Amino acid sequence: MEWAELQEWADQARQKRKNIRVYCCTSTGCQASNSPAVKKAMDKAVKEANLGTEVQVVSVGCMGFCGQGPIVEVENSQDPNHYRLYEQVTPEQAPSIIKGLQGEIVTATPGNPNHPFFAHQLQIVREHSGQIDPESIEEYLAVGGYQGLHHSLFEMSPEEVVQEITRSGLRGRGGAGFPTGLKWSTVAKMPPGQKYVICNADEGDPGAFMDRSVLESDPHRIIEGMAIAGYAVGADHGYIYVRAEYPLAISRLEKAIKQAKRNNVLGTQIFGSAINFSVEIRVGAGAFVCGEETALIASVSGGRGVPRPRPPYPAVVGLYGKPTLINNVETLGNIAPIITKGADWYASIGTGKSKGTKIFSLTGNVIYNGLIEVPMGITLREIVEEMGGGVPNGGQVKAVQTGGPSGGCIPADQLDISVDYESLSAAGSMMGSGGMVVMDQDTSMVGVAKYYMEFCQEESCGKCIPCRAGTVQMYDLLKKLLAEEATAADLAQLQELCDMVKATSLCGLGQTSPNPVLSTLRYFESEYQDLLQPAMSKV
Amino acid sequence: MKTASQETETKQPQKQPDKRFRVLDVTMKRSQYQQDSLIEVLHKAQEAFGYLEEDVLAYVAKHLKLPLSRVYGVATFYHLFMLKPGGAHTCVVCMGTACYVKGSDKILSNLEKEFQITAGETTADGQVSLVTARCIGACGIAPAIVFDGTVAGQQNSESVSKKLHQWQEEK
Ligand SMILES: Cc1cc2nc3c(=O)[nH]c(=O)nc-3n(C[C@H](O)[C@H](O)[C@H](O)COP(=O)(O)O)c2cc1C
Ligand code: SF4
Ligand code: FES
Ligand code: FES
Repeated sequence: MEWAELQEWADQARQKRKNIRVYCCTSTGCQASNSPAVKKAMDKAVKEANLGTEVQVVSVGCMGFCGQGPIVEVENSQDPNHYRLYEQVTPEQAPSIIKGLQGEIVTATPGNPNHPFFAHQLQIVREHSGQIDPESIEEYLAVGGYQGLHHSLFEMSPEEVVQEITRSGLRGRGGAGFPTGLKWSTVAKMPPGQKYVICNADEGDPGAFMDRSVLESDPHRIIEGMAIAGYAVGADHGYIYVRAEYPLAISRLEKAIKQAKRNNVLGTQIFGSAINFSVEIRVGAGAFVCGEETALIASVSGGRGVPRPRPPYPAVVGLYGKPTLINNVETLGNIAPIITKGADWYASIGTGKSKGTKIFSLTGNVIYNGLIEVPMGITLREIVEEMGGGVPNGGQVKAVQTGGPSGGCIPADQLDISVDYESLSAAGSMMGSGGMVVMDQDTSMVGVAKYYMEFCQEESCGKCIPCRAGTVQMYDLLKKLLAEEATAADLAQLQELCDMVKATSLCGLGQTSPNPVLSTLRYFESEYQDLLQPAMSKV
Repeated sequence: MKTASQETETKQPQKQPDKRFRVLDVTMKRSQYQQDSLIEVLHKAQEAFGYLEEDVLAYVAKHLKLPLSRVYGVATFYHLFMLKPGGAHTCVVCMGTACYVKGSDKILSNLEKEFQITAGETTADGQVSLVTARCIGACGIAPAIVFDGTVAGQQNSESVSKKLHQWQEEK
């Protein structure tokens, strides 16, 4: 397909969009609060009001304000001032929202689109979430979809694509923040032959749902990112490893892959070029460790998800022994915009070493729960207090947990730190995949440490002893502490175990499992001390 | 749904080779009996049979030409595979961080007390299996519970226990 043809195609898709679009969120969060019925009621109301030619009800992905769902948004392309947001919409309120288009009073609860929750955001990966129907490739084309892929294939050499990603400063969003361009160039430099691209959509971090939301809201964006990656590194096949707990994401991905194939943006000779790229889905079966890249590779090939030592890295010896590029969902979601808008544009956002935006799932003891995409360098305080509205019922923030089981708790007096890779790790936590759980004054930090240790102990694959036995020991010690049966010697042993497990475990799970203990010890040591019992006096 | 006439067509419903094995055959055939498809096949098997009984594992092992130990090893490694039958209904309590901070541990311990089972078990009447999960990705509406596959948000001990009693009364 020629560029002009793609343009024409996109134009046609744009012309099909009606002036007034009513967006109903049908992602998981809102589905759980009855949004499919709301969408149905909206369709009916439009029909009954005979507005079918001007008004289009669109089933869209997550708008981020999941805690207040179902969310409905009304947009009028002829009258930009007529922008309305409604929260906790019921099917009964649907007719009133439609009548509201003709000036009548609406009974649904209005939301405030200028609320800091929205105003502080900068959406790059999520730019189409809530704006297009994720089940329609036409809608994706209408907002410029697949232009990045077309541009890469026809205007750039694979080396130029890798260079562009390198210059953008993008770093992996799956946790460690490894420079994406460097990873791509490693795979690209391997001798030609069979190579693979894997999209890591395992998202095992408890308290995180960014990847799920991106897949549910804009699956074509990820497919496009994978295809560009395949071209850049010389791979013709890709896998999306997604957890079975995400059925809606899986079904929307399946649809998107079918549409992409049918329209020749995936498959053989994409856009009539000499480039082939196909994508397959692999469904996980519930094991946190499978997010680790070597375990993931074992799982994709149908085995137990057990990590192996690195090096060799998957970039050199990966799936079926071939060079394999593994990237996180959000990382891949950044690729198409970097290609269409340029590396300089991307590198101008964020801080010196952390470029672009990051999506967080803001949850826990905070008034406004949901998904936010913010530029790197925003402060934790802006996120928690302004966007999230602080702790409900006049409570106090005690700590913010970031990075999941590999991360740690940042105490309230450090809320002014900049949110970027370096600052978060300096504070004893990490960016991780993007879970951000606010904890209030009533939260026991030792309890939180025990919670994460229980998690790691259960999720340990058992391959190496420090992690298998160490996490159990640490968990028992924390339990003993909380039962107020531990002495100073137990606490000292806990600290020793932390160092040992960190230093000697084989994979990231074991290596980072002591982090929640270490960070709570660092900032809330008195809570541990308060639980200690005096040692038995010697007879 | 089977109609009455279909029932009479298959004369000996119990003695016939179990139709559910055919579902497995189709799945394995589609993947050309590749050993890589083991996890996918086990997913399908669990969907069809409700859980992975030993003869199902043996059947899969035979057809994918894998040692039974390998199939068993994979089935036990992943949390979602069940080797024992579950109840008529399943209640999944999310124990992810967001849900935990908002009290899902209390919901769980109340249920355990009230229904006298621990997580992973089924009530004596076989009606309700109680299961825990590590984040189902609906953290914005925590605490989240999955009732027979349907996610419900902002739950509390009363609302969950009510639903479980409803299931028990349905019998
Ligand atoms: C125990 C463990 C679990 C992980 N889970 C995930 C995950 O769920 N999703 C993810 O993208 N990366 C996860 N990672 C990181 C991946 O191994 C890998 O670094 C990442 O997918 C690379 O992609 P990126 O460079 O785009 O970030 C995990 C790592 C470890 C050690
Ligand atoms: S550190 Fe833990 S999870 Fe990783 S390989 Fe060792 S036992 Fe398995
Ligand atoms: S799921 Fe509807 S706004 Fe997030
Ligand atoms: S923590 Fe329960 S849904 Fe994520």
